[in-house]
Amino acid sequence: MLTFNELKKNLKKDFTDFKKVKVAVLGDTATQFLVKALRGTGYEHKYNLEVWEADFNQIENQIFDEDSDLFKFNPDVVIIFYSSHKLLAKYNKLKPEDYSQLAGTQMELIKILHASLCSRLQSKKIIFYNYTEINDSVFGNYANKTEASFLFQQRKLNYELMSYSSINPDFHIVDLSSLQNQFGKSIFFQPSVYINTDMVLSIDIVPEIAAKTVDLILAMTGKFKKCLILDLDNTMWGGIIGDDGIENIQIGALGIGKAFTEFQYWIKKLQNRGVILAVCSKNTESVAKEPFEKHPDMILRLEDFAVFVANWENKPDNIRKVQSILNIGFDSMVFIDDNPFERNIVRENIPGIIVPELPEDPAEYLEYLYTLNLFETVTFSDQDAARTKQYQVDAERMSVQQSFTNENDFLKSLKMVSLVTHFNKFNTPRVAELSNRSNQFNLRTLRYSEIDIERFAGSEDFFTFAFTLEDKFGDNGLICVIILKKENTETLFIDTWFMSCRVLKRGMENFVTNTIANYAIDKGFRFLKGEYISTEKNGMVKEHYSNLGFKDVDGFWMLDTLEYENRDCFITKKDQ
Amino acid sequence: MQRLDILKEVNDIFIDVLDDESIVLSEQTTAADVDGWDSLTHIQLIVAIEKKFKLRFTSKDIQSWKDVKEMIDCIVTK
Repeated sequence: MLTFNELKKNLKKDFTDFKKVKVAVLGDTATQFLVKALRGTGYEHKYNLEVWEADFNQIENQIFDEDSDLFKFNPDVVIIFYSSHKLLAKYNKLKPEDYSQLAGTQMELIKILHASLCSRLQSKKIIFYNYTEINDSVFGNYANKTEASFLFQQRKLNYELMSYSSINPDFHIVDLSSLQNQFGKSIFFQPSVYINTDMVLSIDIVPEIAAKTVDLILAMTGKFKKCLILDLDNTMWGGIIGDDGIENIQIGALGIGKAFTEFQYWIKKLQNRGVILAVCSKNTESVAKEPFEKHPDMILRLEDFAVFVANWENKPDNIRKVQSILNIGFDSMVFIDDNPFERNIVRENIPGIIVPELPEDPAEYLEYLYTLNLFETVTFSDQDAARTKQYQVDAERMSVQQSFTNENDFLKSLKMVSLVTHFNKFNTPRVAELSNRSNQFNLRTLRYSEIDIERFAGSEDFFTFAFTLEDKFGDNGLICVIILKKENTETLFIDTWFMSCRVLKRGMENFVTNTIANYAIDKGFRFLKGEYISTEKNGMVKEHYSNLGFKDVDGFWMLDTLEYENRDCFITKKDQ
Repeated sequence: MQRLDILKEVNDIFIDVLDDESIVLSEQTTAADVDGWDSLTHIQLIVAIEKKFKLRFTSKDIQSWKDVKEMIDCIVTK
């Protein structure tokens, strides 16, 4: 964590081209340091937080006046910071019989302020700092039994804020109270500074609060962590599975196993919340998987992971592999590994990935990770779980592929089926869409509209084919299109052949060639004639026809069906 | 610690907090003599000095200094 002074120095740096977010800060105590720290923290994330700060103690004036500077500024995010000290001052002035109304009255004020903000702001995103505990010790422990005590009212107010926030999606809370729990009040609050300046946050805590606030702003603007990549030995369990064996790794009751059990429960909770899990371990894959399959004390099981990479290659390459499977940015990934060497090599080679320095003692892992607030979010819904499932399907297929040394064995295991149809009114829109979007696997790159597609379907000179591909993991839908044109009585010209790159390397080309060659034979045509027209993007199919056994004749590619033998492939034709 | 050593340490803190290499303090220097030494940076300076010398100023200390001499006087007494 950078110090306040370091954050302040960021303010002199260049914010050009950073993402701009307009932030208004309103507080009932001095907020100058907080404002600087917010902007300085934004710099660390390439965010240009343009911060407007209300004058001291102007929260209500600014929000209730529709012509105020706040509304002229037109912020994307409004931060409201009511301090516990001012709340206590309010409480102190109440008549004793009104003490127990404090939380209710304050909550009413907050709701009215919020309604006023919502009616006047374009962007209605609000960040509210909750109340830190001040135990005035007037009642001693009895405060917990006494509704009229300040502590009772302050805690009640925090609870009411959570309830309110839970039903108002754009009303977010930065949990100052738990930050004070974490650091202790003596670090959080410096009385001499408070008395002199009316600042309730110490200079040391300001960067922490700015960090938590910016985490939330990043999440609001779509920047958050989606995936957690984990090492195994001495990260997920104590010991080395390859050396110690499944009966000796520390998890559950054995040795310091409790630390790892609790760590796994935490990861499981993240997974339940929608964070995608992946393994990246230097191990023999079968050995690495054994604990997940067989150890009774493991909390995590294989099905909790979207991707499982265990091999002896370097970790940056393996993380790139994970990235290519999940197709999410490196800056949305967190990598946890107990080994400082691995952490460094990943940090140096994968820009943007977050790699926490893990404490040496596994007992400290969790407490340390709690403090980093790695998985900020602004939404949580049932869809999160569904999204994980989707990633799992793609990932499962690719990770299964890695478990096969023989490509054909992998392809066989997929149990692929393809539905082959002529163009019809159901598939016409998708055929046209693919025709306009396929750039790489496209032999002649002719673009056809829906009207063109309908014309081919109705013509006696054209023969059309649309292919789907489905495997045991899921259905890819329509992924390949062929249009054959009758050139003369013995030759069919392949006018169009394009395919979605999502199904590369599945043997689809062989299946398609078999299909059209057999079709030609059935219809009494001897030759299939292909052509490759080069574009900037279709280099990948330059050798397409020669790979499939077509012969080069005067710049065209010819296949003689009399000599044709069906090509090996592991795709079965699906009956309609 | 000699007053001169304290002055040198305090000078370094000023340079760091105010981000200005050119600052040269003497015991007679006042807030008006140093660019950027306002009430806000004053708080930063105090907290930095407290950390450096491992001491705590009272709220009265913080308000009372007229110049660097009084600041050093205060550090010496702690």
